[in-house]
Amino acid sequence: MFRRRPSDAAATVTLTVDGETLSVRPGESVAAALLLSGRAEARATAVSGAPRGPYCMMGVCFECLVSIDGVGNRQACMVEATDGMRVERQMGVRRIGAA
Amino acid sequence: MNYDAIVIGGGLVGSAIAHGLTRHTRSVLVLDQGDRAFRATRGNFGLVWVQSKGDGAPHYVTWTRRSADLWADFSAALKDDSGVDTHHRRTTGIHLLVSEQEVKDRTALMERLKRQSGNEGYKYRMLDRAELKDLLPSVGPDVVGASWTPYDGVANPLYTIRAVHASLAKRGAVYRPAMTVESLAHRDGTFTVKAGGETFQTPKLVIAAGLGTKALAAQLGMRVPVEPQRGQVLVTERLAPILSDRVTVTNVRQTVEGSVMIGDSQEDVGFDNRTTVPVLAEMAARAIQRFPALANAQIVRTWAALRVMSADGLPIYVQSREAPGAFAATCHSGVTLAAVHSRVLADWIAGGPRPEETLKLVPERFDVPQAAE
Repeated sequence: MFRRRPSDAAATVTLTVDGETLSVRPGESVAAALLLSGRAEARATAVSGAPRGPYCMMGVCFECLVSIDGVGNRQACMVEATDGMRVERQMGVRRIGAA
Repeated sequence: MNYDAIVIGGGLVGSAIAHGLTRHTRSVLVLDQGDRAFRATRGNFGLVWVQSKGDGAPHYVTWTRRSADLWADFSAALKDDSGVDTHHRRTTGIHLLVSEQEVKDRTALMERLKRQSGNEGYKYRMLDRAELKDLLPSVGPDVVGASWTPYDGVANPLYTIRAVHASLAKRGAVYRPAMTVESLAHRDGTFTVKAGGETFQTPKLVIAAGLGTKALAAQLGMRVPVEPQRGQVLVTERLAPILSDRVTVTNVRQTVEGSVMIGDSQEDVGFDNRTTVPVLAEMAARAIQRFPALANAQIVRTWAALRVMSADGLPIYVQSREAPGAFAATCHSGVTLAAVHSRVLADWIAGGPRPEETLKLVPERFDVPQAAE
């Protein structure tokens, strides 16, 4: 669905998404990395489990929430991908402890 | 326009009374202010709460318990009318205690409430840490015990106000938002209300306008001494259950959708409904002490709202002597008391006898000089 423009710089930044290693270009967001890897579905909602993905790409719609380096519900479109970053998609409601 | 009854105030107190009045007449008008009003209903934490209220005021305990008893049926009727679920659950309630001194003080309070309730009885239990851990596995190591009563529960205030407004419409009442009252007049049993550039007349006027009640009621000779008390609330992202649905905790509750709400601050700062970082930080720290897993939760919203407080914290219900068709009603427990306001208080306003539990909830109680401590 998404591809980079041919003139863009080399993909030198390496991160993992759900354990899979991806390479993106410096300055690209986590949301861009998700879309480039074919993951249009960034999460499933907490209440109904409906799929959600990056939409506005500018920090207002809060649909692209993912876990980044263990911190949940971060906006993937507002976070620049960095080397060694661990991204996990949030499928359903977040768990922080047992009831 | 003429109505059989006009209620000034479209929050939960005014709306619940108007809702009850629709059992007597379809000709009810609710005049609500705008979104710039201090809306205690919108800021409410959402407890239907009995435990610990009314030390020294058994009539108020009875009134509160009566409402808590009516809530399930009130909620079901609202759902029938409106299709909206208030999320009312009578879960039972606990208050967590983090020191032996707190346990001692709480035990004494619960025992006093039981004694004051006399023949009516007052069920409570003090839970030790093992019992509590069994009921609420996520409590932290600092929590030494809790008090428990079967009477307490929760309701979502936003769904509740939406359900009440939808039910009002279905019952023929008229709700008018953005109508700030400009003047009130009384002559020969008829009240003339000017609001939003329009004029309305009625033989029955109820002022239930939260913190605005004081000034409006004074125009009809009723004294309603209420002052704002600020409460701040923190809300987390939606989370898988970390609290039990078998019990509600006083100041940390998880909604049906999964958000955790944290709130118990009390500040006298006048008409200032801003949040402050030091208070929010202290509330977050207290919540984490009680439920350590919350340290990993993200806060997505905070707000502050103003409670409508009288000097003794109890409601004020008053009928005007100089204009007997006028009433005023305020309280800081608009959610808890919504059921009894709709089902019982409204019958008094409609012309029935005054409910016995409310006989002392009049402004004259503030005239009695306080005995020396």
